[in-house]
Amino acid sequence: MLRTIVSRLLQGIVVVFCLLLITFVLVRLMPGDPFSGEKAHSAHIIEKNKERFHLDKPNSEQFVVYLGLLAQGEMGDSPVKEQPVAKIIRQSFPASLILGIAGMIIAILIGIPAGILSALRKNSYIDYGTMVIAMAGISIPSFVVAPLLAGQIATRIPLLKVAGWGDPFDWVLPAITLGLGTAAYLARITRGGMLEVLNQDYIRTAHAKGVHPAMVVTKHAIRGGIIPAVAYIGPAFAALITGSFIIETIFQVPGMGQHFVNATKDRDYFLLQGVVILFGTLIVFANLAADIVLAMLNPRVRS
Amino acid sequence: MNKKNQSEQSSKGHSLWSDAWMRIKKNKMAVASLVILFTIGVLCFVVPMLPIIPDPNSQNLNNTFLSPNKNHWLGTDQSGRDLLARLLYGGQISLLVGIVATTVSVFIGLIYGSIAGYIGGKTDGLMMRIVDILYGLPFLVLVILFSLLISEHAQELTGDLVSRWPNQEVFIKKFINLVPLFIAIGALGWLTMARVARAQVLSLKKQEFVEAAVSLGLSHRRILMRHIMPNMLGPIIVYATLTVPGFVLTEATLSFLGLGVESPNSSWGILLSEGANYMETYPRLLIIPSITFSLTLLALNFLGDGLRDALDPKAAKD
Repeated sequence: MLRTIVSRLLQGIVVVFCLLLITFVLVRLMPGDPFSGEKAHSAHIIEKNKERFHLDKPNSEQFVVYLGLLAQGEMGDSPVKEQPVAKIIRQSFPASLILGIAGMIIAILIGIPAGILSALRKNSYIDYGTMVIAMAGISIPSFVVAPLLAGQIATRIPLLKVAGWGDPFDWVLPAITLGLGTAAYLARITRGGMLEVLNQDYIRTAHAKGVHPAMVVTKHAIRGGIIPAVAYIGPAFAALITGSFIIETIFQVPGMGQHFVNATKDRDYFLLQGVVILFGTLIVFANLAADIVLAMLNPRVRS
Repeated sequence: MNKKNQSEQSSKGHSLWSDAWMRIKKNKMAVASLVILFTIGVLCFVVPMLPIIPDPNSQNLNNTFLSPNKNHWLGTDQSGRDLLARLLYGGQISLLVGIVATTVSVFIGLIYGSIAGYIGGKTDGLMMRIVDILYGLPFLVLVILFSLLISEHAQELTGDLVSRWPNQEVFIKKFINLVPLFIAIGALGWLTMARVARAQVLSLKKQEFVEAAVSLGLSHRRILMRHIMPNMLGPIIVYATLTVPGFVLTEATLSFLGLGVESPNSSWGILLSEGANYMETYPRLLIIPSITFSLTLLALNFLGDGLRDALDPKAAKD
């Protein structure tokens, strides 16, 4: 197990490195540079700035310099915001993380019970109804749900605001919006996993032994039935944290999403690289965590 | 030999497809989706040619935010443009992005995956490792970077084309602007397709009819094209159908963020993002595009699901 984890971590480093390399190259191939934005500077100042950020050097040299920075645990300064990238990320990451966790909790609380219920009442109206709703949840994108929720619900409930990030009540609407799509996927996956398990011999044996039906489900079926859902939760969690920038934009959450989009628009090379490294690392760890939990749930995966 | 082979294939293919058609017809959701998609397709691609639909880009600042009426069936937006016209023309672009990007991704994924699966061994291992790495990359980040990159070259191309055919200027500008988006989405979205294709080839490779073809001494290309490809069409079609809504959504997301299709061109993503600005005062501007867009995605997903049940019963799990 330990060997697997170490080798997966090494693979993860390779993945993040490739991601960084691709971003590094692509962002420099794009037209414009960090100083071609709205602020009009004299050519002299631009030259100075480029020198300061090593942008006057060839790309390969820039990459080496950047790797050197990373090795010292730094991410350089953002040329557009004129702040250390590490500081910008430290300030904005907590909001994205809270939003991601809250969204995931909502997704799990709705999705998994719905999927189990659907599987237990297979081909009933409950099943069909749940699956149609789930399909709608998958199909209707967050940027449709978000304005509707904000416009229709936030204006009626005094505690909730249309946008902002002051107190925990402000977490509610963005988290619901973020969690709904994942809840829908989870419901479908859980249903599939449960159906698979419920047809197995050991479930029939448990029934035949006279185990109470509720016990069969809670003790025997769920453990195996939610394995596909757990496999999905890992990457989905990373996707929730990294992919919430639409929701962050709509609800004006001070998370990392804004930086990601703006850094791309402004050609803020260093900020974008920093955000991408963080996203990549998150995805690697989320996948690894999911695999470890899977191994604990299912002994057959361990070998 | 050639003829016999063909007739054999077509009879086998026929039974597979007629079976699938039977199964689809029993799936009410899939049939309803097919009808809805057909209707939306006709509305978006055929109806705008009729003179009853006004120009989607003609602004009239005296007629902003009109409620639905005789001249503007769905009313007008903040610039006095006809909402119905913008919805239909926007649909053209959204659907085109979905279809073209899916075609690109199927093309790349199918070739890449079948080659990896067919050659096998170390080459396969290396090729699939590359896919694994690309999987780790955030899709939207790369699409944004990639499409910005291509659009620079697309602009040069637009200049060239316009100077050659000045009377087609509007048409060229409209579609060349979309090309970067098509390519970026398609060029990065083929990973799942490659995995599906590889898995199919791997399982087909071991079957007797392929071994027979090998022992007959047929060329690799012929074995792949004539014997393996036709047998993997089912799963490929299923995954292609399930890919379309994802790509339509990607376009809408990018346009919503202001990184995709650019105004005054309309797409459903643009309508949604413009509508969101007026959700409290004129909810109609948000709700109508929302319903159209969601209905299309819903129908595409249900159709994909139905096709999967019909063509690829083994995979119909989640």
